[in-house]
Formats: sequence, C-alpha cells, structure tokens
Amino acid sequence: MIKVEGLEISFGAGANQVHAVRGASFDVARGESFGLVGESGSGKSTVLRAIAGLVPNWRGAIIIDGAALGRKRPRALHKRLQMVFQDPYGSLHPRHTVNDILKEPLIIHGMDDRETRILKALDEVGLGAGYRFRYPHQLSGGQRQRVAIARALILDPEIVLLDEPTSALDVSVQAEILNLLTRLRQERRLTYIMVSHDLAIVAHLCSRIAVMNRGAFIEEMSSDQLRTGTPEHGYTRQLLLASKGYDRAAIDQFVEFD
Amino acid sequence: MTNPPATSAPGLKEWLLSDTPQSAAQARCQRLYLAWLSFAANPIAMLGLAIIVVLVVMAAAAPLLTGGDGTEQTLSNRLQPPSGAHWFGTDELGRDIYDRIVWGARITLYIVGLVGIIVVPVGLFVGTVAGYVGGWVDIILMRVTDIFLAFPRLILALAFVAVLGPGLENAVLAIALTTWSPFARIARAETLTIRNAEHILAAKVQGASTARIILHHVTPLCLSSVIVRLTLDMAGIILTAAGLGFLGLGAQPPLPEWGAMISTGRQYMLDQWWLATIPGIAILTVSMGFNLLGDGLRDVLDPRSGGSS
Amino acid sequence: MTTPLLSVENLSVSFDTPKGVVEAVRGISFEVGQERLGIVGESGSGKSQTGRAILGLTPGRVSADRIEFDGIDLRNAPARTMRNIRGRRISMIMQDPRYSLNPVMTVGWQIAEAYRVHTNANRREAKQRALEMLVTVRIREPEKVYGLYPHQVSGGMGQRVMIAMMLIPGPDLIIADEPTSALDVTVQLQVLAILDDMVRDRGMGLIFISHDLHLVSSFCDRILVMYGGQIMEVLDTGAMHRAEHPYTKGLLNCLPDLARRQETLPVLERDADWLLSRDGAP
Repeated sequence: MIKVEGLEISFGAGANQVHAVRGASFDVARGESFGLVGESGSGKSTVLRAIAGLVPNWRGAIIIDGAALGRKRPRALHKRLQMVFQDPYGSLHPRHTVNDILKEPLIIHGMDDRETRILKALDEVGLGAGYRFRYPHQLSGGQRQRVAIARALILDPEIVLLDEPTSALDVSVQAEILNLLTRLRQERRLTYIMVSHDLAIVAHLCSRIAVMNRGAFIEEMSSDQLRTGTPEHGYTRQLLLASKGYDRAAIDQFVEFD
Repeated sequence: MTNPPATSAPGLKEWLLSDTPQSAAQARCQRLYLAWLSFAANPIAMLGLAIIVVLVVMAAAAPLLTGGDGTEQTLSNRLQPPSGAHWFGTDELGRDIYDRIVWGARITLYIVGLVGIIVVPVGLFVGTVAGYVGGWVDIILMRVTDIFLAFPRLILALAFVAVLGPGLENAVLAIALTTWSPFARIARAETLTIRNAEHILAAKVQGASTARIILHHVTPLCLSSVIVRLTLDMAGIILTAAGLGFLGLGAQPPLPEWGAMISTGRQYMLDQWWLATIPGIAILTVSMGFNLLGDGLRDVLDPRSGGSS
Repeated sequence: MTTPLLSVENLSVSFDTPKGVVEAVRGISFEVGQERLGIVGESGSGKSQTGRAILGLTPGRVSADRIEFDGIDLRNAPARTMRNIRGRRISMIMQDPRYSLNPVMTVGWQIAEAYRVHTNANRREAKQRALEMLVTVRIREPEKVYGLYPHQVSGGMGQRVMIAMMLIPGPDLIIADEPTSALDVTVQLQVLAILDDMVRDRGMGLIFISHDLHLVSSFCDRILVMYGGQIMEVLDTGAMHRAEHPYTKGLLNCLPDLARRQETLPVLERDADWLLSRDGAP
C-alpha cells in the first residue's frame, strides 16, 4: 500500500546542512501497522512528515497504491491519508471549538451531512455530544488527543500516520488511547505508520518495527522478534536494555552509535 | 469594581461557567465572560474603559448634551471665562467650549475608528502573508513596510496631507498610511511563531489551502496582539490628528476638532487660558484612557505577558 | 534511614480560580533523609506543587503544620533565610534546561556564577570548581563545553549542565522535578546515574518527582504514590509487586509490557473513595 524507497531528506544549506534521513526504504501492506523507533534526532518523525507532505525537500520515492507522490499533492489524497500529532496541546487550534475543528476537514473537502458526521466522529472516539462546543483548553490531554483522532478519522482515510500520539499523556490515559487506536484499526481496516521512542508502545501497537539512528535504518524486525529473540544490532539491544529501567551497572556500558 | 454576575439572573452565571456548552454561541460567550472577569479584576484598565465609554456616550448623545452643534457664534459673548452658563467658557467667536468638546468627541472617534478600520486589515494582511508565505513575498512586503516605518509619523502625515490637500478625510487617510506598518510587523512576528505549530501542520494535512490557513488559522491568533497594539496606538493617532489640526491641515473650521481648538486658543493662552487648556485636557484624558485600556487588554489577551493561559 | 533532613506535615496547596478554589495538595506528610525519595503521580496529582511548596516557589496558598529542614522552619522563614537555603542548601532541577539557563551567557560562566553567589570565591577559583563540576557530571571536554552557549548544547548535555549548576554549591537536598522526561532513554539513565552517585558519595537527599512509575521504581529507595493531592501509598523499591492500593496497581498494569502480547491494555478505573478515606493519613 505504501512504499518508500531511498528517501533522503536534508535541511539547510552549505556548512549548516543537516542530513536528517539517509536512504530510508520500507513498505507497509494494507491493514498493517508499522512502527518506526528511534531516539530524538534519528529522523523518524521527518520520515513521517515527508509522507504527510509537510517536508518540502525530499529525494527518493514515496508510492501509495502504485502512484508515486510528487511535490504537489491532489486534494483527494488528503482524504486517504491523515495524521495524528504528538502534542495534543499544540495540534488543536486554541480559538476553535471542537465543533469548528471537526467541521474544518468537511468544509475543505466539500462534504455534507456535517452535523451527523461530527456527532458520529465524537461518539466513535468515546466523547459524547457534550464535548462538541468546548474549546481545547476546557479538555484534558487525553480528551484533546481523542479530538485529534476524531479529526483524522472524520474524512474516512485509509492510512493514518501517528507521530508519538501518547508521549505527552499520562500512562493511564495512554492505555486508553492505545486501546482506542487498536479498536479503530480493527473496525475500519486502517493502515498505521507509528513513530515512537518507546519500544514497548511500538511493540504493543505494531506488528513490524524499524529502528532508526541518525537518519539511517538500522534494522527491521517483527514485534515478536523484539519480544522474544534478541535484536541483532547493538544499538537496538542497548535501547531494549534502557527501556527495562534503571540499572547502575548497565549504564556504564552504554556507548554512542554513529 | 464589582462583577456584574452578582446582580444578574441566578441562571446566567451557571450558563456562563458551565462545563458543557450546548451551542457555539454559548461557548463564545463563555470565553468572553472569562476574559471579562480577568479584565474587570484590573481597576486601572476599568478606569481606561470608563473613559472610553464616556467618550462614546458623549459622541452618541451630543445633541442631547448640548444646546447647539458647537458652531453657533455669539460675538457679544466672546472669551467668557468658565461659569454656570458656560461650564468651560467661550472662545474668541463666542462659541461654547463645552459644546465644542462634546461635539469634538465625534470627530475624535471618527478619526480613531476609521484609522483602526483601515489599519488593522491592511496590517494583518501584509503581515500574515509575508510571515506565512515567506521567501520573496516576505522580502518585498517587509521592505515596503520598512520604508513606511523609517519616516517619523507626523512628518510623513504632513507630506501626505500636503499632497492630498487639507481636510478631515485626508487627515484620516494620511494617518492610516503612516500607522499600518507596525501592525504588519507585529502580525508577521506572530505568524512566524505559529506557522510551524502542529495545528497549522494539521490543517495542511487536511488539505487546507494557503489562503484558508492564513484566514482561518493564522489571523485569529494574530488578532489579539494587533488589537492590543491598536488601543495602545490610539493615543498616538489622536495626537497626530490633533497635531495636524493644530497645523491647520486636519479638520477645517468651523469643525470643533480638539487639536484645531488648541491651535486657535494658543493666541489667547496668557489671558484666556481655558481656550487651549480645556481641549488639551480632553486630548490627554482620552489618550490616557486608550492607553490604560490597551494595557488591560494586553494582560487579558496576550498569553505571553504573564497571567494564566 | 538516618535522621530526616526534611520533614513535612499536613502540607496543603490551593489556588483561586474563577470557578472557585482548587486544592492541588491536600494535607500530605512525609520525611526525607539521605536517600532517594520518589514522588510519583499523574498530571494534576499535586506532585510538582509539593516540590515547589517546600521552597516557597508556588503561586498558590501554602499551609502546613510543619515544613522543617535541618532544624529550620521554612513556613515563616524570612525572605533572606529562604534565599540562603534555596540553591545553597536545597537545589531544584527543572524539566527543561533550555528554559532554566540564561541564553546569553556561556554555560560555564553560569555554573561558576552559581558558585560565586553562594561562596566568596574569586573568578579563577570559581572557574576551576566549575570545570571540576563538569567532569563530575561526565562531560567529556569540560574546557570546550565551558565556553558554549545554551543553544549550542544538546538536551542531555544541557540537563547535565543544569545539574552541575545545582550541585556546585554543595546542597544537602535536591528536588528534581521530572529532570529527565525531555531526554532520550539512554541519556535519561546516564543523568540519573549522576544523581545517584551524588546521593551515594556526598550523602545528599534527593526528592525525585516523576510521572514514570516504572523508572522511579527501579531508581528510588522509597516511593510516594500521589493522586488527587493526596498520598495513596508509600512503597519501598523492590516491593513494587506488593503494592496494595488499586491506583498503584492500575498504574503498573496499564503500561504496555514488552515481555507479553496483549490485545487491549487494562484501563485504570478511578474511585472517588480513594480521596475521602485517606484524608490526612501519613
């Protein structure tokens, strides 16, 4: 369904140029859930943003259903591909009510039945009609992220890009949002690409995982492989060790990978 | 300063503070009400608001508050000191200064209102487009803005009036031409801080056009700082208008424009102090009122200057 | 645990809002000795306000029967005493170093200045101490880093610089409020190792405030679990599996576990009774 080949992204020019992504290639089947893991600066979010059309300069190929994406995207594509952002406090417009936020994509794509669609979307993400006219500042972090998910789903997309959707949330809320994402994927046969720094979360939601470091793909494995067998690459092993908690002796063994 | 809900109907406060607004209108009212609460907690800002309200009432009710339209001359009655019959005295043509101050409020409001209506959209448009689109568009729009910023305001206004000819409308136009540039700067700075915000990216992912993003997403967030700047600038606008009036380039006689009143009163300053002093006090009070109001609005609207967001 | 460095009894913090009084902390009591005490809770649990109230840094109203640090009553201490205690004897490390460092001064200068404010050292001594401190927080090229500005250092290094700044006056107690949440896991653990060594080598006390029960349980000696401004449960590390309170258990369960596959995660059910029944309990 989605195929990314030799994706290269750099920012800036001259001496300040940063090579954010170095030759990323992967493909994701329809209905699959694919995870990108890495630390900050690994380029994982940049890959996701390039697919979403938010990065102006990239080289390589991004192919959706056999059609290669160009610089300019047809409006219809946005209906098929949606994104949920990391920060539920920043991804909702502070002066728009939930109703305004959910109506926006319907207006852009000229869809009618707005009233019904908005109420249905709110219901689907576990928010009642009572939340319809609230401003984001009247919602908790988890409720905001539900609104963001409702906004992504109201156009009935096939692909949803998830950029660390739970990292700004409390763990109890994180569990609720992860459950919601799991349920929605099953009900709507969605394809997910999720970015996270947390191995446990990616392994929970995704069936296949790619590990990134400094812009490059290090290895790709299934989440069961991550769970049971030891990953092959030293970097992944170190990440796995770090995710197990504080261990004074292990920390002195940490090395930097280039 | 007490809050109005103490006296209003019992259900209104609950309606305004309810956690589950039932309609878009209620949600907007709630936001205004909370803003009003924090504004009303600031007595200095309320003083500013009171001054502006008095100005507006004076302008609206001028025919009720005065005996004439402030232009009738009674030459037998000229240069009378303040008294029971003429609270602020009379001028060199025997016109009642109280009447002229009240009618002058209309002219002052006309000037600041019209300047605001011209300047805010122009500044917002130039600033948001330059900030959001960037590149060459930004460079060109900002250099034009810089040219207007580079001149002292009164001098540039003088030059424009000299070209356009004296008169109230031309004074307004000249002031607007010299006032919009800082608004464009502010709107651009504000746009730069939000153009990469996730809610703007979210709008892009939904397929919103650049025009739609600027109009529906960027502009509402720039509006509050522009409005704050406008109220703070009102004093400057009034003073520029008064300056042009004083130089004979603004409102023309016999219109009771406050600056022109000072200008003619100047000749009688030593013996008949009220001619120049009373309109001077009026200008001072209104300028101060706008400034205090602007300070209060900034505390409420601008999330960066302290307070809870 | 030795004699407590800090003891807090019946601490409450409340805020006035347009919708009435909000109680962020409701009558909690605890003691800290030369140990690593973790305060864990979700947002709104009052954990951060607790840390700030100790140093008088909260805008809210603070009331307590006792806030005593090394024999000094911090509740009504004069501003002068509080200034002497803040920084020199009790330090606070905040979440994001980029907001806590002055952007127009080099990081080295800021560390040296922190030393000079609290001692009468001259410039050269202060610089010497600052360089030593950078070595202590395991910065590899201290001379080079000394001359860098905050925007030139990475998040992990910035947080190490912050820690160096907070540790250089030799405080007896450190309050660390989510000091590593903005960092990558590996860097996070390296920063914790520095704090850990400080507690062990210098006999400091550490209050570690975090939302991450998993991390805190592997790092701290004792853990206070907070919810709704109250302490739900006090746990010794290593005894996490013996946690009894449904809130603590719920928090532990709702984390995705790498070791086993779950279709859905257990969701934490909150109970209003938790807050009523334990009012004022230690």
